[in-house]
Amino acid sequence: MTDQTVEQALDLVPEAGPEAPPPRLQRFQWLGILRNASRLTRTRIGLGMVGVIVLIALLGPLFAPHSETEFIAAPNHGPTSDAIFGADALGRDVFSRFLYGGLSVLWMSAAATLIGVVIGTAVGLIAAYSRNWLDDVLMRLNDVVLAFPQIIFVLLAVSAIGPKTWLIVLTVGITHAPRVARVMRGAAQQIVERDFVKAEEVAGEKRSRIIMEGLLPNVTSPLLVELGLRMTFSIGLIAAVSFLGFGLQPPAADWGLMINENRLSIAVMPWGVLLPVLAIAVLTVGTNLITDGIARAAIGLERSNE
Amino acid sequence: MTRLILRRLALGVLTLFLISLIVFAAVLALPGDAATAILGREATPERVAALRDQLNLNDSVVTQYLDWIGGVLTGSFGESAATQQPVSELLSDRVANTAFLVFVAAVVAIPLSIGIGVWTAMRRDRPVDHIVSTSTLVLAALPEFVIGIGLILLFATSVFTWFPAVSLLAPDQRAWTEPSVVVLPAATLVLAVTPYISRIMRGSMIEVLESEYVTMARLKGLPERTVIWRHAVPNAIVPAIQVTALQLAWMAGGVVVVEFVFSYPGIGSLFIDAVGNRDILVVQAITLLAAAIYVVLNLLADLATIAVTPRLRTEAR
Amino acid sequence: MSATETAHEPSVDVIDLRVALTTSGVDVVDEITVEVRPGEVLGLVGESGSGKTTVGMALLGHVRRGGEVAGGVIRIDGRDLSSLGERELRSLRGGVVSYIPQDPGTSLNPALRISTQLEEILEAHAPEGGAEQRKARVREALEEVALPSDDEFLKNYPHQLSGGQQQRVAIAMAFANRPHVIVCDEPTTGLDVTTQARVLETVRDLCQSHRVAALYVSHDLAVVAELADHVAVMYGGRIVESGTRDQLFLEPRHPYTRRLLRAVPDIAGKRTVVGIPGHAALPGSRPQGCYFHPRCEFARDDCRAEFPPVTELGEGHKVRCYHVADAVQKPPPEGAGQAEKPRVGDDVVLAIKNLNAHYGESQILFDINLDIHHNECVALVGESGSGKTTTARCVAGLHKQWTGEVSLHGTALEESARKRSNEERREIQYVFQNPYASLNPRTTIGQTIARRLKLFGRGGGREIGSKVGECLERVALSSSAAERFPDQLSGGERQRVAIARALAAEPSMLVCDEVTSALDVSVQAAIIELLGELRNEIGLSLLFITHDLALIRTIADRVAVVTGGHVVEYGPTEQIFTSPSADYTRKLLANTPSIEVALGHATTGS
Repeated sequence: MTDQTVEQALDLVPEAGPEAPPPRLQRFQWLGILRNASRLTRTRIGLGMVGVIVLIALLGPLFAPHSETEFIAAPNHGPTSDAIFGADALGRDVFSRFLYGGLSVLWMSAAATLIGVVIGTAVGLIAAYSRNWLDDVLMRLNDVVLAFPQIIFVLLAVSAIGPKTWLIVLTVGITHAPRVARVMRGAAQQIVERDFVKAEEVAGEKRSRIIMEGLLPNVTSPLLVELGLRMTFSIGLIAAVSFLGFGLQPPAADWGLMINENRLSIAVMPWGVLLPVLAIAVLTVGTNLITDGIARAAIGLERSNE
Repeated sequence: MTRLILRRLALGVLTLFLISLIVFAAVLALPGDAATAILGREATPERVAALRDQLNLNDSVVTQYLDWIGGVLTGSFGESAATQQPVSELLSDRVANTAFLVFVAAVVAIPLSIGIGVWTAMRRDRPVDHIVSTSTLVLAALPEFVIGIGLILLFATSVFTWFPAVSLLAPDQRAWTEPSVVVLPAATLVLAVTPYISRIMRGSMIEVLESEYVTMARLKGLPERTVIWRHAVPNAIVPAIQVTALQLAWMAGGVVVVEFVFSYPGIGSLFIDAVGNRDILVVQAITLLAAAIYVVLNLLADLATIAVTPRLRTEAR
Repeated sequence: MSATETAHEPSVDVIDLRVALTTSGVDVVDEITVEVRPGEVLGLVGESGSGKTTVGMALLGHVRRGGEVAGGVIRIDGRDLSSLGERELRSLRGGVVSYIPQDPGTSLNPALRISTQLEEILEAHAPEGGAEQRKARVREALEEVALPSDDEFLKNYPHQLSGGQQQRVAIAMAFANRPHVIVCDEPTTGLDVTTQARVLETVRDLCQSHRVAALYVSHDLAVVAELADHVAVMYGGRIVESGTRDQLFLEPRHPYTRRLLRAVPDIAGKRTVVGIPGHAALPGSRPQGCYFHPRCEFARDDCRAEFPPVTELGEGHKVRCYHVADAVQKPPPEGAGQAEKPRVGDDVVLAIKNLNAHYGESQILFDINLDIHHNECVALVGESGSGKTTTARCVAGLHKQWTGEVSLHGTALEESARKRSNEERREIQYVFQNPYASLNPRTTIGQTIARRLKLFGRGGGREIGSKVGECLERVALSSSAAERFPDQLSGGERQRVAIARALAAEPSMLVCDEVTSALDVSVQAAIIELLGELRNEIGLSLLFITHDLALIRTIADRVAVVTGGHVVEYGPTEQIFTSPSADYTRKLLANTPSIEVALGHATTGS
């Protein structure tokens, strides 16, 4: 999954297509952006796509005809009345494993995203506001973590400590942080230069207050976009890690793992691969559509403010 | 300007040093230690003690680090736990294949994305722009292994069978002798990277096309060709340089997943094997390599930016 | 063409031009009818939102993205622009009609050398000439604008030149192909007064020597008075009055023109400045009838119904107003807060002794000495880079790298605001230049002021709401503004909020840092009136930073003139203006454009 400068592309200029309608005045800007975004077709399609997958992941286990480890037919057996998508490479029900397999990706991605965005935003805002040695130090540390391709960092940790779920969530979150920090710092730097921040400083406002009430509310646009973007990347990364075999271990049902297990028999029994691949594809495209909608709404907001 | 460059170089070295610390620290995080990890099931107390001795694991952390980094700088990364081969040999076997793959992908992706970016910027808001924009949105969202598998489904199995799904190469064979093996992996990388570069290029091109100096160029009555190629593109391309460097650096990581999908015999699949075997020294070596590539690429991007931005080359009055 | 022919044939002939937004059809400008003859300058005057720049660009066949020409005719040298194809239009631009941009800093390509940018305009319109010939022409062009023409200079990139030099390069580019028409889009905005004077001189000379018809777009009436032969005043996208320069400045008839002239500061100090209440409406939100009626004291029912038609007043003087006679009879009001100056106290509120300041390695201020008494307004006047803003920042504690003594009521202050006590910070309040950036866009006006009240212990708890209302009313804003966000207010209103925020702390002293520079003339005057009134009401000392000498003539008690970090002159206002002792002050006074000086005698607006 490629990284950080997508938000630049999204922020620079609106993509082809409709701009969000001008917003009503909102007490909370983030609410306004979300509301405007939800008016765009693409956001709605994205919400639909994500909604469907989330439902499958959350409610799937309730509707699965078999358990995820039951052997119900010969390996790679075609669809039967009992198993509508056939059996996987070991003879388990593809459909049931599919229904069980979404939860892990979802919660892990959400957790990793949250960790990354919270740490990254804190670092970015503090660096942008301090404008001195602290900024330099934080950015140097940032650069160091940035140098590691995300998946390599995660796998480095896994090779040392083992394929633990908490480790994957943590390392994915940690690698998100500097990327988020870069973007948030860039956005905050523009705010810090503005006179109203100087006005607060001249009046002797507490630094923490200036950051929380002066900087943070004025960077909600890039913040929301980052949340969406990082979520998309988290899903991709975490699915990839389990695809490589380092996520949930067999015999657990996990979409990434399923793809790995079934890909050698893809010619005979495509469903074992197709179902989880489609699910992941729909999920990531959905989150990206939502993110794009948010980005447009944010741009629309800025333009109407000028 | 030379001061600027020297400063960047110094920062690069510092970053590499800190990176090496982190990579080294991975060893310290091993439950047990490197010796137990390497011996795995065959770890009897005597063997572990012997191996510990051999690997200098009883020395202080600092000494171990210095030993290791000294080795790295002279090209020796230790021995692989899985195969007992020197790590550097393992790497050199595979590096050429990966380099070839990345080279092919870059040579296709970079001009393609810049071209798409400029082209769609000039046809802003027309149907073509919308189509391309939606496509890049979808491609940017998909994890690269999904793209890879999608390509396999399309071109190697059910729909068409033009290209092999798995790269069947002899251990010593170089990839360029069997080009069909490279096509799908390279295509995956291209599809993964193009959306980002083209979007940045489009965005920056649009911004430049709306700038005061491009308006001024038009008001001077200059032919449109001149306006686009002399005034707009050279300024628009600067952000694209940074992104391109970042995408190339990303490929160092993306190549890991892609090689695994296609069983392509490069550094990426070596990495995966090593992770699976807990072959920590190989993992460390490749991680260090990837991070170093990032630092170097970033430095080159900064230098290139300075080269094309007159304002940075000279002092403002 | 013979002399008599050129005298009859206008180079620029615009009839009933209408430019509208493509998507909504809302008009940006409408019913624009002007003409300019060779060798003449037409000044197109208006404040923000008037549409003057749109008209200027239309003469080049260019409309900004999102708009289009929706009606009317534009003829350049007799040729109708709408009949021209892409190619012909392109050969017109830069060849027959040239454009001098407002901001050369952004209009020159930062990645190309000056020589390239000059040569290409020659190449585009005379491709047959060889490279050698072009180079020679480029040198000629640079010499015409008093710039060096050697290779060294030509190799420069735009950022290596000063603002004035950049603008002169832009002028050289515009005149290079000996155009018949030049559109100047406020080309001296952002330039120092001295540089501005030189640039204007250059433009005027070149126009006269090459018999060029010029359209000079500007918000600066004084500059227009010096330069233009004819003047047209725009408001809300329409021309509301037009005529010769003398007609317009000596016998203005439209209420807006009359009030606008009263808002321009008089360097001779013979009259006060008067603002115009309210603010101009943007395209899409203009009122029914005459656009000016909400702000006009003579407005009646007919004004509210339909936009007035053109009234010919004779000798080419035209105006669009129903009640010209009434307007003429009533003399414009006196500006508030300026005639009756408060008595200056004896005690010194702020004393600055031997202030030296640095930015990193370089020194910015050299031994500044100033003091401000109770109820006194001291103006600190200088051009950009003179150090006036740095002085203000040191006083407020925003700039920390300084030595010397700054004392408030006798007590020395720390360098940085953070190190000072809450009381000390409360006593000195700061108002910033840019009203669009000095208020937090994410908090309401009420929250901003309430926060300030709480910070300095001037209110809290239940009565905070009414206290906020008081603060707002003191600056002539309604207390309902407290619910609004800054982007719902105009520039002038935002600046009032900034002042209200500062006053909420009940300070002894207000530091005003170029508080009117980002505002239109009429709004600027209103702020001056407000500050004057506030001084009378509550007894406030002011340190007023500005680059505009004329502006402070009617409100300052003493003036300090600063250049290159040194105070070159410091004394009572009257003395500085009537008998300045420093050369620099004299130069500043001479170079500041003034309507009265341009016309040879004072305007009375009668």
